[in-house]
Amino acid sequence: MTRAQIGPAIEAVAVPVCALLGAALLFGFFVWTRGLSPLEVFALIYRGGFASAFSWQNTLARAAPLILTALCVALPAQVGLMIIGGEGALVLGGLAAAVAGHALSGLSPLAAQLAMLACGMAVGAGWIMIAGALRYARGVNETISSLLLAYIAIALFNHLVEGPLRDPASLNKPSTFPIDDALRIGHLPGINVHWGLGLGVIACVLCYLFVFRTTTGFALRITGGNLRAALLAGLPAARLLLLACAMCGAAAGLAGAVEVAAVHGAANASLIVGYGYAGILVAFIARQNPLAIIPVAILLGGISASGGMLQRRLDMPDASVQVLEGIAFVLILACETLYGRITWRPGAASAAVAAHNSLATGEAT
Amino acid sequence: MSGVGWWGVPLAIFSGAIRVSTPFLFVSLGECITERSGRINLGLEGTLVMGAMTAYAVSLLSGNPWWGVAAAAAVGLVFGVLHGLLCSLNRVNDIAVGIALMLFGTGLAFYLGKPYIQPQAPLLPGLAFGDWSDSPQLRAALVVNPLFLIGIALTVALAWAFTGTRWGLVVRIVGDSAEAARAMGYRVNLVRTLCTGLGGVLAGIGGSFLSLYYPGSWSEGLSSGQGLIAVALVIFARWNPINCFWAALLFGGAGALGPALQSVGVTSGYYLFNAAPYVLTLCIMIATSSRSRALAGAPGELSIQK
Repeated sequence: MTRAQIGPAIEAVAVPVCALLGAALLFGFFVWTRGLSPLEVFALIYRGGFASAFSWQNTLARAAPLILTALCVALPAQVGLMIIGGEGALVLGGLAAAVAGHALSGLSPLAAQLAMLACGMAVGAGWIMIAGALRYARGVNETISSLLLAYIAIALFNHLVEGPLRDPASLNKPSTFPIDDALRIGHLPGINVHWGLGLGVIACVLCYLFVFRTTTGFALRITGGNLRAALLAGLPAARLLLLACAMCGAAAGLAGAVEVAAVHGAANASLIVGYGYAGILVAFIARQNPLAIIPVAILLGGISASGGMLQRRLDMPDASVQVLEGIAFVLILACETLYGRITWRPGAASAAVAAHNSLATGEAT
Repeated sequence: MSGVGWWGVPLAIFSGAIRVSTPFLFVSLGECITERSGRINLGLEGTLVMGAMTAYAVSLLSGNPWWGVAAAAAVGLVFGVLHGLLCSLNRVNDIAVGIALMLFGTGLAFYLGKPYIQPQAPLLPGLAFGDWSDSPQLRAALVVNPLFLIGIALTVALAWAFTGTRWGLVVRIVGDSAEAARAMGYRVNLVRTLCTGLGGVLAGIGGSFLSLYYPGSWSEGLSSGQGLIAVALVIFARWNPINCFWAALLFGGAGALGPALQSVGVTSGYYLFNAAPYVLTLCIMIATSSRSRALAGAPGELSIQK
């Protein structure tokens, strides 16, 4: 690495970390104004999320869907799309997996499991591709359309789960027919966390390699950086755009399928807990980098895992975690403005001058 | 609904349209001001929920619902100005900040609003315009909230302000070309921050209608994305306040379809009818957007246009 590369690398870690610390401070101040001890709250968050093997299991199980829904934001971001409707692909993917799992109970477990995951991915991919296709064909803003599609998906999900696909035996909580226990997806070898985590990590590594080490990934990033340049270079922008949407929808659909096949065993309202929306935050903290998504998702998974403990011990509302996440999200975005302004060369007179210099050396190398 | 039978459906849609459309109207007018100045604020959903919670809490504590409306407007101002200031920083994306404030606003409202879910706060009164009629259904349909009338007045005032006043002209210049505005000596970020703040005020008032009139209580499921639909609604209305009013009525009617059908016994497909506003929004966006050209009447600086 040259000096010009080290600066941005340190920055890419330091700025989000500072933003998260700032968010922790603000949240601490907020709980203090509510008459609680910030230290006690943070100690509980640590204990609930990261202190014991049991809390780590809980954390990692929550991180698994977050990793996949964050990919649902980070992949389209490479082509310059801001898709925030991962929740829709997640619930429909989960529903598809539940239906497939019930229908395929005659198959061998491995074949049925793969079929369930494939169904979830296919439905999720198709759902987000609607937003991509509308963007391409009609210029419909994908941020708003994907969010509307998420609301429509949840309505569709509720309609099907409480209507045509309902298991009559599920009285209090309308659910689809449960999938066979033999078909449930088991734990990773060695740790008490289901395979969703493994799939998420594999997906992140593959996406990283795809985006940064393949020609298609490069074309994707060119399209995102400058659409006109990409079109002038003869890149198939429409196909790249749809490809990114398909991959992102597949990731979110997989998240839903794993939740159904490994955690709930049937599709019901437990699936709609906002993993899609939390994934947006994960992707932004990770600055849309697939590899950085993994640690960030684990951090946020831990924070959300501690929500129950905050509720029980301190009688805090269940939205406390959401408040912390919201503060973090706002600060992370506000800190976007800092990139390129800070340099790490000793002796620089002022941040502005130094930034200008680093830009100049960056161009020279 | 025995007296009027199936006639109850259009009647219920009509009265529902007036009731359901008021928050749409306020949020879309607010978003209209913001977008005319060249920014998009997706965080109005969070502002709406925050406004609803604040209005309910203040109404409960003070005993006067109008104090609740004022407090909701103040909270909306804070959220709007926050969005405006954050987006004035270099390289900060207005859509992303909106999403963040949406999460933050709803989270904060759920946190602070926890104690107010149970108690019953004093609600806003309705004005009865149907005393001449014998039909109780018609009378019920013609009870109109003063906020709806204020919304109509505001619509007209805004339409006039955009076309007929110096302030409106400045907002439009800033929204169409930041460079031109800067060359003329206007402070672009200041104008946009003020416009976003004003948009937040209106969204907050829209939220107060939800908790203080219809449905008239505070709960975590109170808003079903009205703040977001309003953003799409402004695009449909081509950034024109008068069109915003008609669009809000249309969406109110679509939103009232599910409950209206339920009241005459059509219960299957309840969730699907509830999704009608979203489907309608999407269809309208598909119909009015175009790949090759910017939308007619769109502010030139708007990020969704680029």
